[in-house]
Amino acid sequence: MYCDCKLIILMLQMGELAVDKHVKYILSVQKKRKDSFEAVVMEHLTMNGAYWGLTTLDLLGKLDVVDSEEITEWIIQCQHESGGFAGNIGHDPHILYTLSAVQVLALLDKLNVLDVDKVSNYIVGLQNEDGSFSGDMWGEVDTRFSYIALCCLSLLHRLDKINMEKAVNYILSCKNVDGGFGCIPGGESHAGQIFCCVGALAITGSLHLVDKDLLGWWLCERQVKSGGLNGRPEKLPDVCYSWWVLSSLIMIDRVHWINKEKLVKFILNCQDKDNGGISDRPDDAVDVFHTYFGVAGLSLLEYPGVKAIDPAYALPVDVVNRIFLGR
Amino acid sequence: MDSDDDLRPEEMLPLSQRPEWSDVVPIPQDDGPNPVVPIAYKPEFEETMNYFRAIYLSDERSPRALQLTHLVILLNPGNYTVWHFRRLVLEALNADLDEELDYVARIAKKNTKNYQIWHHRRWVAEKLGTNAMAKELQFTRKILSLDAKNYHAWSHRQWVLQALGGWEDELDYCGQLLQDDVFNNSAWNQRYFVITRSPLLGGLKSMRESEVKYTVEAILANPENESPWRYLRGLYKGDSQSWINDLQVSSVCLKVLNSKTNYIFALSVLLDLLCDGFQANQEFIDAVTALRTSNADPLDTDLAKAVCSVLEHVDPIRVNYWTYRKSNLPVSA
Repeated sequence: MYCDCKLIILMLQMGELAVDKHVKYILSVQKKRKDSFEAVVMEHLTMNGAYWGLTTLDLLGKLDVVDSEEITEWIIQCQHESGGFAGNIGHDPHILYTLSAVQVLALLDKLNVLDVDKVSNYIVGLQNEDGSFSGDMWGEVDTRFSYIALCCLSLLHRLDKINMEKAVNYILSCKNVDGGFGCIPGGESHAGQIFCCVGALAITGSLHLVDKDLLGWWLCERQVKSGGLNGRPEKLPDVCYSWWVLSSLIMIDRVHWINKEKLVKFILNCQDKDNGGISDRPDDAVDVFHTYFGVAGLSLLEYPGVKAIDPAYALPVDVVNRIFLGR
Repeated sequence: MDSDDDLRPEEMLPLSQRPEWSDVVPIPQDDGPNPVVPIAYKPEFEETMNYFRAIYLSDERSPRALQLTHLVILLNPGNYTVWHFRRLVLEALNADLDEELDYVARIAKKNTKNYQIWHHRRWVAEKLGTNAMAKELQFTRKILSLDAKNYHAWSHRQWVLQALGGWEDELDYCGQLLQDDVFNNSAWNQRYFVITRSPLLGGLKSMRESEVKYTVEAILANPENESPWRYLRGLYKGDSQSWINDLQVSSVCLKVLNSKTNYIFALSVLLDLLCDGFQANQEFIDAVTALRTSNADPLDTDLAKAVCSVLEHVDPIRVNYWTYRKSNLPVSA
């Protein structure tokens, strides 16, 4: 990589990232007030919320404001006897929450509390004959779940437990003529699904199977005049694609094909500078999901003061290094 | 939530005051001794969930349990557990699944992008088999008439076609959607899905001629439309000889270039053709030369290079991509 000093100076001139406001916002969401609509709809996905919020805090260098023992204890209680994790205590396990639980434990350096074989057996059990993965015992199949399964098993050092060749072949069967990937074979290319498929291929060391120039061009075509990125042709830009598109471009080594400066400006314009948080588009209401994607996007853009995030594991680089390099 | 009113039962008495629930002891949410994320729930939500937890734990698969899942779904249609439990109850009661499809349709009205609802619908349709085919095609048609790019609806529709059939009118349906909005990439994707996977058509090769004609018309009407250009390329998948030799492809590029407006994708396809071995004649060279915006740049002797130079200029946001293409041209181009 090169030191892009000019870009960094430009970023700082463009208006600051309201770090303290965002930290305050994240903490306020974690302690939701009464009658909050968000609390009701989020109740079953508290685990995902914990991942979005805590990763954001870590990227902003503020993870130490939370009590990691308390969070770890709560996560343990969300584990089901099957080995999978639920979105909250007493709910049903799902692969979505299982990855979030493992990611949060990784962030907090608490993976040692896990019975690794129990968790990985749960995931292994969700692989289907064709190599795809179901989200839970009810069988919904989607390339999102392929990514989650492979990412989770990799973080637990248990990739050897599944049929990798079949898993990779299933993902490839979802590749389209535009170079992108869909949720099932024949499904339309979508930046979110592309992240999942490219991420899964990166984790399994199979990126040589991606047509990088073709996919890279499709991805950089997602940048619109405002500088933001959309997820499909002719759709509106949204901060969340700063993550899905950018991380994919980085994994295939084509991130310089978009205009970074314009994208930084777009993300910064989506901040609520008074109360903290980031929204999908300028002047919309903020939420934790988009705050995470905005900050993670800025991290990928090497914004000053934001920790580096790993594009495949969606965890800070130092956390990934701790897991794979033991330091 | 006014539009949900028709989904609610007549009497809105709290469950704790209804005689039919008097034998059930509600179970509160256990957030742990020191909840990290202490959620203060609305009273109505809390009470309904407490009764649901009780019924779920006692595994009571009864008509009133089915009714209770409905109340929970109204409060939070994203809850996986309640949909799972509803399926168990439906099975135990041997419920009328046609009615269940109607029920899902009513719930989906307000939640067209909810994964759980679509998954539930597929479970019901799978149980009904080919009997559900017409209803499912009609249902997705309705959802797509409100949002023609709804990803869930498209996935469901593709599953219906492959599992239950109903391919007969699909190509016409794609044509209809593209007539409404030729920029709809989802409809182009579905069109490709149909011509490559319909058992009623002869596959990509036999569809190519008519599809190229259709696509070229769409391109000439809106040359700035990314989707048909990519579709055109897809029509020659695995057959690069036909791709570079079919005059319909090169001539649509030339026509757009000569129009001198919205020619970025035309240049891009010409670049691909050149890289794949297409031999351009003087007409192409003239057309590209005419697009050069500045006489200051030295004229590239190599056509592919000249194409890249124009693209660097007219598509500045992706200048690095076009520069990359320029520096990676095959020797023959």
